[in-house]
Amino acid sequence: MSDRPQIKDFDWTLLAIVAAINTLGLFEIYSSTHASAMAGMQWKQLIWLGVGIVVMFIMSQIDYHTLLDQAPVLYIAGVAGLLVVAVIGYSRLGAKRWISLGGGFNLQVSELMKLIIIIVLARYFSEVRTDKLTLTDICKVALLTLIPVALILKQPDLGTAMVLVPVLIVGMFLAGIEWKHLAVGVILIALLIPVAWKMRTHLKPYQQQRIETFLHPEEDQRGAGYQILQSEIAVGSGGFWGKGFGKGSQNQLGFVPVRYSDFILAALAEEQGFIGVCLVLLLYLGLILRLVDNAQKAKDRAGMYVVMGVAAILGFHVLVNASMVIGYMPVTGIPLPLMSYGGSSIAFVFLALGMVMNVRLRRFVN
Amino acid sequence: MASWNVNDQRIPQERLALVSYLSVGLVVLLMVGFWKLQVVQSGHFLDLAEKNRVRSIPIIAPRGPMLDREGRVLVDSYPSFSILLLRDDPKNLEKSLPQIEDGLGISAEELHQELDAAKFEPKFQPVVIKPAASQADIAFVESHRADIPLLELLMVHRRRYQNNEMLANTIGYVGEVSQQQMDDSDGHYRPGDIVGKAGLEREYNDQLEGTDGMRRVVVNSVGKAMRTLDNVEAIPGRPIQLTIDYDLQAIAEADMVNKTGAVVAMDAHTGEILAMVSRPTFDPNDFAVRIPAAEWQKLNTDKETPLLNRAIQAQLAPGSVFKIVMATAMLDSKEIPESFGVFCPGHANFYGREFHCWRPQGHGEVELHKALVDSCDIFFYNIGKLLGIDKIAYYGSGLGLGKRTGVDLPSEEPGLMPSEAWVQRVYHRKWYAGETISVAVGQGAVTVTPIQLARMAAGVASGGTLVQPHLLKGTTPKTERFELSDNAVEQVTQGLFGVVNEPGGTGYHLRIQNIDFCGKSGTAQLMSYDASNRLGTKKMDGWFVGFAPRRNPDIVVAAIVQDTVEHGGEAAGPVVHDIVKMFYDKKAAHPPQQAGTTAPVQPESNSQLVAKAGGQRP
Repeated sequence: MSDRPQIKDFDWTLLAIVAAINTLGLFEIYSSTHASAMAGMQWKQLIWLGVGIVVMFIMSQIDYHTLLDQAPVLYIAGVAGLLVVAVIGYSRLGAKRWISLGGGFNLQVSELMKLIIIIVLARYFSEVRTDKLTLTDICKVALLTLIPVALILKQPDLGTAMVLVPVLIVGMFLAGIEWKHLAVGVILIALLIPVAWKMRTHLKPYQQQRIETFLHPEEDQRGAGYQILQSEIAVGSGGFWGKGFGKGSQNQLGFVPVRYSDFILAALAEEQGFIGVCLVLLLYLGLILRLVDNAQKAKDRAGMYVVMGVAAILGFHVLVNASMVIGYMPVTGIPLPLMSYGGSSIAFVFLALGMVMNVRLRRFVN
Repeated sequence: MASWNVNDQRIPQERLALVSYLSVGLVVLLMVGFWKLQVVQSGHFLDLAEKNRVRSIPIIAPRGPMLDREGRVLVDSYPSFSILLLRDDPKNLEKSLPQIEDGLGISAEELHQELDAAKFEPKFQPVVIKPAASQADIAFVESHRADIPLLELLMVHRRRYQNNEMLANTIGYVGEVSQQQMDDSDGHYRPGDIVGKAGLEREYNDQLEGTDGMRRVVVNSVGKAMRTLDNVEAIPGRPIQLTIDYDLQAIAEADMVNKTGAVVAMDAHTGEILAMVSRPTFDPNDFAVRIPAAEWQKLNTDKETPLLNRAIQAQLAPGSVFKIVMATAMLDSKEIPESFGVFCPGHANFYGREFHCWRPQGHGEVELHKALVDSCDIFFYNIGKLLGIDKIAYYGSGLGLGKRTGVDLPSEEPGLMPSEAWVQRVYHRKWYAGETISVAVGQGAVTVTPIQLARMAAGVASGGTLVQPHLLKGTTPKTERFELSDNAVEQVTQGLFGVVNEPGGTGYHLRIQNIDFCGKSGTAQLMSYDASNRLGTKKMDGWFVGFAPRRNPDIVVAAIVQDTVEHGGEAAGPVVHDIVKMFYDKKAAHPPQQAGTTAPVQPESNSQLVAKAGGQRP
């Protein structure tokens, strides 16, 4: 094709922000692990980032309309994958999340499901012809979302399951939801909370404990409450300017739990202080605003929904992770995208960014 | 283009803008959250972070050793390891308990008891679960550092009583500080601290205990020490030198093996205790670690009372040893002519009651000298009747009976010297004259401790100088003067010389060649005369109090063997004889001018102690 998208048309501002966040993450991973048995982790992370860039490039080359065309197939494949996980998936850390692909590679289907739900909902919302969602529409999209949510909850993986929900909410908001429907939804959720509270005895013990801990952190000083407390101590003791790179005692002596991954922001907050945290939060804000900008310039609504789905998921990750680190939310195992160590997380984010580039590259194509 | 791709491609710009504003708002909210923690409460969290990473490990100061008068070590300390259990990780703790029980050979019950006892201590305060770790225990802890990070080794110093049971009742023992002591110490003591609980360990605890040091280390989240922040060395406790002579103590102990009773040997000039034995006894090494509850219970409830220091705590009838007081009273008061004599048919009637002499066939014509040598009871019954209880009490009390000697040991008992005033005060009745007859031969209400009798005998032989017995070398003893006429002293000591050196004397078998060894036996009845006749057995306390030389003696020894069928001269006499003989044998081997140079202990250490201790006890 003559109008084949060019590398130079990539959103380089967005990628610069991503690179800045990655760099901060690499340094903090190094600082957190260099004096431990896990030394050298930053190099593994760097390899994942390399893989991520390749994946992003490939993703950007596949027209998102093609992906949206295949939405039903992808959705069925995703749900089937989740069912397979429930049956033959193997357990790690008490949760069934992985399918072994052989050769040491394990597929976390729930990560792929995030991408699939973005595509499926983008497809559905772009088919809505009016500027307002009907009740039937709402029920359909809610059902489409809640099926995989329920399956992921079953694994159990409360964090990833929750991550799917903002895609739905942001999508509904952009598609135009009526105030009365919104009100009914809010009331329904309000009614559901006591039911859920009653049902909490059906949760896995660790989930019950997390909720307990979140409500009464002071009563559990060595479990999840201990993690939150240690995280708060790390953040608080960092002060305005921080203790300096590699000098945070909470981080270096291992008081901060999984300091290279889910709690990397606590480690950074201790060593780089409020200033460092602000820099990180502003970078993420920049990332989101840049995504919104791409959405505004998208060629069609389908592209906008794809980009905003990605923005919803990334924003939700940052919000939940940062809130957890300062004790505003329970520990759910949601990493900080682009900073936390971990292949699955990096792969997902770059796949998602690939779709964003894809939308951007095609805004000039007719 | 696919069918789903509809034509209405207007992008809802306002809604997207709203999403942007929402994002900015959420980021601002997050920043406020971080601001609260990092700026508003940062001091509080800095504090918590510091507490997290710094752990204080006490460095236990060794207690000072105890040396005998020639510098021989009686008690010292040796390093040993205690195993601590860190409790600040309850989840891991529960999980590791079975493994710990197995590895260290502690029963689950014991372990839970320890943990329960420390329930209200702060969580970061570890519990001592094994006070004296064996090599195997230490190896277990070291090899399981990774999977049981809750165990920690603490070097401590344990008390070592070199000669086990020797001098045990006098030395006392150490143990974990009690709640009461901790409350009274104004923060000086922490749970698990070792303090002197009895005897000299308790009396001189302040000198013996050192000052613990403290090491502050940085620990990681599993409690592993990463580096030392600072180190305050422990100051070891100071040594104390005792007046005890190991050689005399050893021979006294050997003579008292398997007996019940006590021995006190004292330098009659200075009051320095040369030997002190109490039997039955215990091994204080058993207390140095942690005595099992059952063992402690046994020691405490044993009717033989092994924890009692009989030399200063047993309040016993002095029997015929009391005749020294009677003879002194008779001569010094001059109320009875020196030539006073009686005929002893073996029994006599006083106030309508029959009293017996220990020798059923009687002593015949008896005056004072013969009455002392043969220990004639009939003679002293008459003396008692003539003097009356108050005169007897005056001399008894004057010579230190019925009151504490002031020896530097805790819990000394006073004994009792009865008098008319005493019976009036305690029983609100008049003294019966008949009671005086029993007191005259050291029976009835009068009770004394062995150390009192030694001091009394030395006091009489030295013409009325009563020194304060003491165990800490270098103490300046307090002396009391109880003026006695030289005639009384001369005649009484002649009598006591006769006891040992005249054929027929109750201690004639104890005489020592070339030594002016004097003494007095005593046999106190534990049952009434009638009861012992009826049962055909005699349970007696056999006393012997001896000294040498006759006037201004160098050494005085009081010994008692309890629950014996022998008379005092036979039961306790040999113990006194052996000690006095050893005393002079040593003197002959090491003339006194050289004794000073053989003592390897720096003399200033004790004088400092004495100054610290306030010189002497009241």
